[in-house]
Amino acid sequence: MADPMKIRANVVGDSTEVKVLMNHEMETGQRKDAQGKTVPAWFIQNVTATWNGKTVLNAQWGPAVSKNPFLAFKFKGGAKGEKVQITWTDSKGDKRTDEATIA
Amino acid sequence: MDARRREVLKTGGGVSLLALVAAAGWLKPGDALAQGAAWNKAAFETHSLDETMKAFGGSAPAQSKDIAFVSTPDIAENGAVVPVGVSSSIPKTESIAILVEKNPNMLAAVFDIPAGTDPAVSTRIKMGQSSNVYALVKADGKYYVASKEIKVTLGGCGG
Repeated sequence: MADPMKIRANVVGDSTEVKVLMNHEMETGQRKDAQGKTVPAWFIQNVTATWNGKTVLNAQWGPAVSKNPFLAFKFKGGAKGEKVQITWTDSKGDKRTDEATIA
Repeated sequence: MDARRREVLKTGGGVSLLALVAAAGWLKPGDALAQGAAWNKAAFETHSLDETMKAFGGSAPAQSKDIAFVSTPDIAENGAVVPVGVSSSIPKTESIAILVEKNPNMLAAVFDIPAGTDPAVSTRIKMGQSSNVYALVKADGKYYVASKEIKVTLGGCGG
């Protein structure tokens, strides 16, 4: 299992701003190791953010997203104390879900 | 007024039940399958804007001034970490895609924007070399595009 994400969710006006820092290698499949063998691609493919059971963002990523990806977005609504959930799935089928409380 | 409240509760309950059924019966066992469908492999393997548009099933995008790059540098020192933010002021924005012209595969990321979410996302991408970066926005079934050149001092792909 991969390392936890860092999620910060803050109320800004009538919206909630979410910032996520994920821990992932995001291997492109283009790089070669010391032996000249291609390092197989391994990257996050899907990211879903939900708030109160409602999807607020859905992303599909390719290997061109940086290592330890950063993501920021905003959605209308959200109150202090409510939860925002982020789930990612990578190309190996690995999955991780983390939750943060809106502050 | 009370009757209306009942109605709202009823429909609300129905939706969550549906969601529950979907979650329990559908998504769990077919997870891998659902994933394959959700990730647009064809689109991520394209090498030009035209190909990407074909993979999305859209026609040629119109240039738009309503798409802005936010906190995106003109010169990136490290191609492995290029901050890119895209915001769209086109009404009914449904999705935002980030494409890098000279990367091995052009498409970097696609964000679906449900109603209620601001059509603005930022992330960090890798760039192999200095190149044009496109922000492709789908709004109300139509595609719009804006581009920005980002110079890279140190490449982020290969090496």
